[in-house]
Amino acid sequence: MASELNKLTIAEASSKLRAREITAMQLTRDCLDRIAAAEPRLHAFITVCEKQAFEQARAADARLAAGNAPAMCGIPLGIKDIYATKGIRTTCASRILGTFVPPFDATVIERLRADGAIFVGKTNMDEFAMGSSTENSAFGPTMNPHDTARVAGGSSGGSAAAVAAHECLGALGTDTGGSIREPASFCGVVGIKPTYSRVSRYGVVAYASSLDQVGPFARSVRDAAIIIRTIAGKDVRDSTCSARPVPDYERALTGDVKGLRIGVPREYFVEGMQPEVEQSIRSALKSYESLGASTVEISLPHTGYAIAAYYLVATAEASANLARYDGIRFGLRVNAEDNIALYETTRAQGFGAEVKRRIMLGTFALSAGYYDAYYLKAQKVRTLIRNDFERAFEKCDLIVTPVAPTTAFKIGEKMNDPLTMYLSDIFTISVNLAGLPGMSIPCGHDSNNLPIGMQLIAPPFAEETILRAGDAFERTGAFKPRTAAGTL
Amino acid sequence: MYGPDMERAECYHLRAIAMAETKITLEQVRHVARLARLEWSPEQEERLRADMDEMLAYVDKLNELDTKDVAPTTQVGEAGMPMRDDEVTNRPAADAMLANAPSRERDYFKVPKIIE
Repeated sequence: MASELNKLTIAEASSKLRAREITAMQLTRDCLDRIAAAEPRLHAFITVCEKQAFEQARAADARLAAGNAPAMCGIPLGIKDIYATKGIRTTCASRILGTFVPPFDATVIERLRADGAIFVGKTNMDEFAMGSSTENSAFGPTMNPHDTARVAGGSSGGSAAAVAAHECLGALGTDTGGSIREPASFCGVVGIKPTYSRVSRYGVVAYASSLDQVGPFARSVRDAAIIIRTIAGKDVRDSTCSARPVPDYERALTGDVKGLRIGVPREYFVEGMQPEVEQSIRSALKSYESLGASTVEISLPHTGYAIAAYYLVATAEASANLARYDGIRFGLRVNAEDNIALYETTRAQGFGAEVKRRIMLGTFALSAGYYDAYYLKAQKVRTLIRNDFERAFEKCDLIVTPVAPTTAFKIGEKMNDPLTMYLSDIFTISVNLAGLPGMSIPCGHDSNNLPIGMQLIAPPFAEETILRAGDAFERTGAFKPRTAAGTL
Repeated sequence: MYGPDMERAECYHLRAIAMAETKITLEQVRHVARLARLEWSPEQEERLRADMDEMLAYVDKLNELDTKDVAPTTQVGEAGMPMRDDEVTNRPAADAMLANAPSRERDYFKVPKIIE
């Protein structure tokens, strides 16, 4: 019987590591054993970094022995394959970056390394973070650990599945339209998209720069708070990154939500939603009321326009960001007669169908004669969506909604229907358009035992509010997430 | 429009709109492909045109909103762009930079001949 240290939370493991009850080597070995056992059925990782992980573990143990090690020292993490990791292949799940080995670390990777965290591998994702199911990966889909016939969600599906299946203690993802929150919901783990600009994006492959944000997956709100504390804060290499001081998020976890005003937007509870999803959220709201919080109905009237605005803004930005993949300086090159043909064939063969579809739409939305009608119009609607939230937060401190209208869908179910796939992000996309912090936290299961996620949304830089409320809900024990580990 | 059935219903509805009114022609698709430096086969072009048509019909719903007096949102971050001294902070590292090059010669990226 293995020791199964991989099942510990970050907070538990951190205190055991510092008390020298366990070693980082043992913890890393248990995670890598679990990866070896589960990966054939899960495919959460594109690259497993066994050798580097053990080297990091050895260094972490030396540091832990010396005393005063940071909270993340010796903690094994999964890293979405969108982060530049020095000396470790970084593919973004694309053929065009299939052999790319970055000569530098992303800022958040640098910060985690500095604190002694361990990287067990690079996790699977939708190519260039474009998707809601991790089916758009050039390496094949990730399976949901609760039911391997279903998707893990996306685009950060590998990170969510790896944490849910105890392959690592926490993970990093990115969220442009729901890419942390939706897979967290589908896999039954905690996932946070912090406020836009709270965390540096230097070294994170860009998809849609006005929407992209870095965030953690974990098996408890406290663990997610520990990771954000480590990665957030000013970075001179990302000019959009906020200089605001980073609070000690763990101190916000008081368990006290008395007097908290929770807004419940009527546009997020409509006919057609899976009934069990609505029931779970309603019952979580009752838990909050019994803790002394109040609920108030609010309206976010432009909710129905968010997906349309998003798919113009995001694709326009993507078409510009992905122009750099031209086969000249790095990545795939398909030789052709002249330079233009080289670009065209390299990009045609290097990018997958969904990425090309979005580049086309974005290029069209920015092209002469269509800019005002599409891109500018979408930016104006984005203002209306932001205003909705500003007005709503005059009446409440926090907004609670479902993360997705359904639980995890079947692999292949939405692959031939891009628009239906896009609609699975209907509850998460507005948060990116408005730049707000949002969290997904497990709050129930449907009749197939598939996890249901609750979304908590706060005003800009009020991460402490969602962390406090999420932690308070966990403490009630009203809902105990079913572990995915036993099913694999 | 939220559950799977409603999603499907909305998509059928959209397809009906798309069929009624063409948003983008094959010629426009080819022009955009040229701008985006993407090569498509003739069969892919038609499928792509249909997909783009459907998406453009969907985003048309934005025109239900009057945005005459609304300012566009270009960034949601905090205002202002930080300034720094114009100093070189990264040392030359040609080998590291060229390690991922598809083709190199000495310290240069090698590309097909551009000027005859």
